[in-house]
Amino acid sequence: MGRAGQIARQVRWYWGTLMGDTHYQRYVEYRRRVHPGEPVPTEREYWKIRHAATENHPGAGCC
Amino acid sequence: MASPTAAPSNPLEETDGDVTYIRTDPELPPVAVIDRSPITTRHKIIFGIIALLGAVAWAIIAFLRGETVNAVWFVIAAICTYIIGYRFYARLVEMNIVQPRDDEATPAEVFENDTDYMPTDRRVLFGHHFAAIAGAGPLVGPVLAMQMGYLPGAIWIIIGAVFAGCVQDYLVLWVSTRRRGRSLGQMVRDEIGAVGGASAIVAVFVIMVILLAVLALVVVNALAESPWGVFSIAMTIPIAIFMGLYLRFLRPGRVSEVTLIGVVLLLLAVVAGNWVAGTAWGQDWFGLSKVALSWCVVIYGFAASVLPVWFLLAPRDYLSTFMKVGTITLLALGILIARPVVQAPAVSAFAHSGTGPVFAGALFPFLFITIACGALSGFHSLISSGTTPKMLEKQSQMRLIGYGGMLTESFVGIMALVTAAILNQHLYFVLNAPEGKTGGAAESAAAYVNTLPLGGNPITAGQVKQAAAAVGETSIVSRTGGAPTLAIGMSDVLHRAFGGPALQAFWYHFAIMFEALFILTTVDAGTRVARFMLSDALGNLGGPLRKFRNPSWRPGAWACSLIVVALWGSVLLMGVTDPLGGINTLFPLFGIANQLLAAIALTLVSVVVVKKGYLKWLWIPGVPLLWDLTVTLTASWLKIFSADPALGYWSLHRQCQQALDAGKTRCSTAKNVDQVHDVIRNTFIQGTLSIVFAVLVVIVVVTGVIMALRVIRGGGIPLTEDEPVPSRLFAPSGLIPTANEREVQRQWDAQAKSPAKSVGTGAR
Repeated sequence: MGRAGQIARQVRWYWGTLMGDTHYQRYVEYRRRVHPGEPVPTEREYWKIRHAATENHPGAGCC
Repeated sequence: MASPTAAPSNPLEETDGDVTYIRTDPELPPVAVIDRSPITTRHKIIFGIIALLGAVAWAIIAFLRGETVNAVWFVIAAICTYIIGYRFYARLVEMNIVQPRDDEATPAEVFENDTDYMPTDRRVLFGHHFAAIAGAGPLVGPVLAMQMGYLPGAIWIIIGAVFAGCVQDYLVLWVSTRRRGRSLGQMVRDEIGAVGGASAIVAVFVIMVILLAVLALVVVNALAESPWGVFSIAMTIPIAIFMGLYLRFLRPGRVSEVTLIGVVLLLLAVVAGNWVAGTAWGQDWFGLSKVALSWCVVIYGFAASVLPVWFLLAPRDYLSTFMKVGTITLLALGILIARPVVQAPAVSAFAHSGTGPVFAGALFPFLFITIACGALSGFHSLISSGTTPKMLEKQSQMRLIGYGGMLTESFVGIMALVTAAILNQHLYFVLNAPEGKTGGAAESAAAYVNTLPLGGNPITAGQVKQAAAAVGETSIVSRTGGAPTLAIGMSDVLHRAFGGPALQAFWYHFAIMFEALFILTTVDAGTRVARFMLSDALGNLGGPLRKFRNPSWRPGAWACSLIVVALWGSVLLMGVTDPLGGINTLFPLFGIANQLLAAIALTLVSVVVVKKGYLKWLWIPGVPLLWDLTVTLTASWLKIFSADPALGYWSLHRQCQQALDAGKTRCSTAKNVDQVHDVIRNTFIQGTLSIVFAVLVVIVVVTGVIMALRVIRGGGIPLTEDEPVPSRLFAPSGLIPTANEREVQRQWDAQAKSPAKSVGTGAR
């Protein structure tokens, strides 16, 4: 892997994590760690849970 | 680089030279690395060179007269000052007040639930925090402040950020992180008491309403009678809905994929806008008047507040985040490539006379009120408490996120200042003087600005029309609010750097769309937040109103959304129909509101500093607080009591009332009886709001001072900090990990099962 490839991978990782691509993967890891043995919601269900949470706890953007 | 202070007698501590490693569990690698090594000679030389370069850049900006200053010097002066401020002043604040303890768990680690509390990689959190604090404020304020010349604005944006804005953001983040990420209002109640707390909560709500109204006014002024602009911004709604449906039903979780599709569609919409604006139906449908457009924004705000977030709000937020980061990077590159020359004077004639047409009043205090967000922004305290602390991995990262995030925002302000400074100054006033003065037509506007004390060659009506044609608009006269000025400056920079004259109109509308996009994102999210504040407050009154506490109770959500929208909508409509030009009268109110919120935040921080016993360091939040109070209360005083009708709301109110009583049909720029009535009503509302703001903030500050004095005498409410919990995860402190931090990270990675994993730790 060249230096350019490494930088491209890091940009991809950063952007994906900032926007939310990796959030489900993180959630799966979290569930396995905190609630081992329990079934893990699917990606579709996970985003429904996430959006329901934002629905009730809105974050303010600024000026 | 981190310097968390260690507990004195920890058996799990291990010191190697100047570096201390702290463990909370003998089975696990260290959770904190404390590096006390003195600064190396190499670093001394590097920082010396940076300081020298910065000093040269400042000297060129400040003292070069009679020759043109290149805009790149602003960028250099800013960046060098930021580096020195971050390395030395932020460190001073860190070592003496914040004293981060990386062996203690942050709220994100303790309460991790993967919805709001989640430890997030510092670089990712920096992006989130920046996207949340950055908005139209730092772009618009410096543009309007250009009325005074570039030098006072540049000094305040850079120095104000280093000593006031960044300190506020950093210390509020510190206070909130030690209190499970509590909100500003709650913390004021806990630390200062019930009266101060209630005043703070009411102040935050009223200030929010003004913020929403003035931001909406900026959008309306930028888009009115511009079918191209209205079309491209209207298209963001179907594009966002498409993205929402795509994420919900087609490919859940593919956020950056759908955002890229959305951005491509958005660029197509900007291109198509030119074609739509050329058709008869395009003119009919999208050439909206200011009043019609205001109603559209009001309806949009209401819809966004009651519709499900996945449908409209979340996807718009993705688009907005992408555009914010992308466009600001593009503009920085554009300035470095195009290297434009500044045309504004260092200090203009209006700085002393206070008779400028953009906003009334002299440099002190109104420059500081107008710049607001770029140097010190009270609204950031709402993000630094509540949202960001719940995602923080390590206490020592607060310097990067809180202080560093605001430095970046200040840099955005400097870029906005540059884009306004490179414009022809006559053109600047054609754009920014209210219609009552320019008369609205190219000829009258040219005649008006040629009477201003500007120097240089006068402008002709032909040049005004030509400037409008170059950006694909029919008129640019009295496009107040800052956004069109910024868009013209941006199109100037960007077409020189990328694409040539053929793309100038595209870049103008791209810039307008970019500003409108994230102003509307603030308006929709802000309406929602204000709706929750209102229903919370109503629910706390008890009795039958208790039902309002349940956010999923639809009638409550609808009623509260309606009240919030009615409040800011009426201020917006008042602004768009104001005979004096809404920006001229309302923008100072917005600035005052913002700076008063900063006073509340700094009061809270100062009280906490006193309670912690760091009296010696009280000046760190105390001096910015005193300065902010001096500026803001002076401005409030002038707005309320000044006998000059151009400045004081009430004296204009009385003047117009007397004119009306005397049977006259004119007063100030009001040209008929209806307009005189408008002025009388508007000045009454604006004057009342100024009084309400000032009184609420004075209550918070006075209760804060009383609390601080009681604490100094040994009484007062004790600190409400959480009990520390030992941390079980590790993360580096600064942007770039040190060699020691890398080594500890390797030990954690080698650990078969890490007890906690942060977002994206796998890819490091």
